[in-house]
Amino acid sequence: MSKTLTIRYFAIFREHAGLSEETVSLEVETAGDVFELLHARHGAREAQGQCKVAINDQLADWQSPVRDGDTVLLFPPVAGG
Amino acid sequence: MAMLNRMSVADQAINPEEMRATLVDRAAGAYASFEGWIRDNNDGHQVQRLEYEVYAPLAISEGERIIEGAIQKYSLLHARCVHRIGLLEIGECAVWVGVTSGHRDEAFRACRYIIDEVKHRLPIWKKEFYVNGDSGWVNCERCATHARGDFASV
Repeated sequence: MSKTLTIRYFAIFREHAGLSEETVSLEVETAGDVFELLHARHGAREAQGQCKVAINDQLADWQSPVRDGDTVLLFPPVAGG
Repeated sequence: MAMLNRMSVADQAINPEEMRATLVDRAAGAYASFEGWIRDNNDGHQVQRLEYEVYAPLAISEGERIIEGAIQKYSLLHARCVHRIGLLEIGECAVWVGVTSGHRDEAFRACRYIIDEVKHRLPIWKKEFYVNGDSGWVNCERCATHARGDFASV
């Protein structure tokens, strides 16, 4: 069953997607599933293992389940400092 | 509440002297700080300026966790960190870390620990603008192994 999710993109992911936020309907179970589907859709090249994800403003891991209505934040490789 | 702004993000120049003054404590025998500056070159490119993007809600909450961890791990008296956001010119201070403790060893080690964790864990990205007109997100468009090596060697 598909879930309605709000996806937020940052830095290079925003440039790949051409937008900073979108609402999508996806058949997914985990944050990793979301990454794989949208990564391919937007032509991103960064490896999942180097990226991070947050669900509803809490850092999560790629195995974390996503629920209908969640906001998923996709973070490309970080480079602070 | 002081605990809530041990980690902060700033859209104006960081003033290290002001930051240092917030850590003063009669019980402290050591103060160590680190400043990360914008340099004019990276990976063979001549850099003109740099832009930081920060997702502040999580940068602050995760930064607080890092600082709390450092205080416990190194028995610090105080610790703070501030990271810039927005466009920065060469020579500007991009990040400042300061700690106080009873003795120097804990202060040096904690300062290093905090900056290393900040670089790895906070949702912060930097885009370099080069003298030749190109630009690029650091750790993204080059290659994945470069990013890993960069993290490991810092």
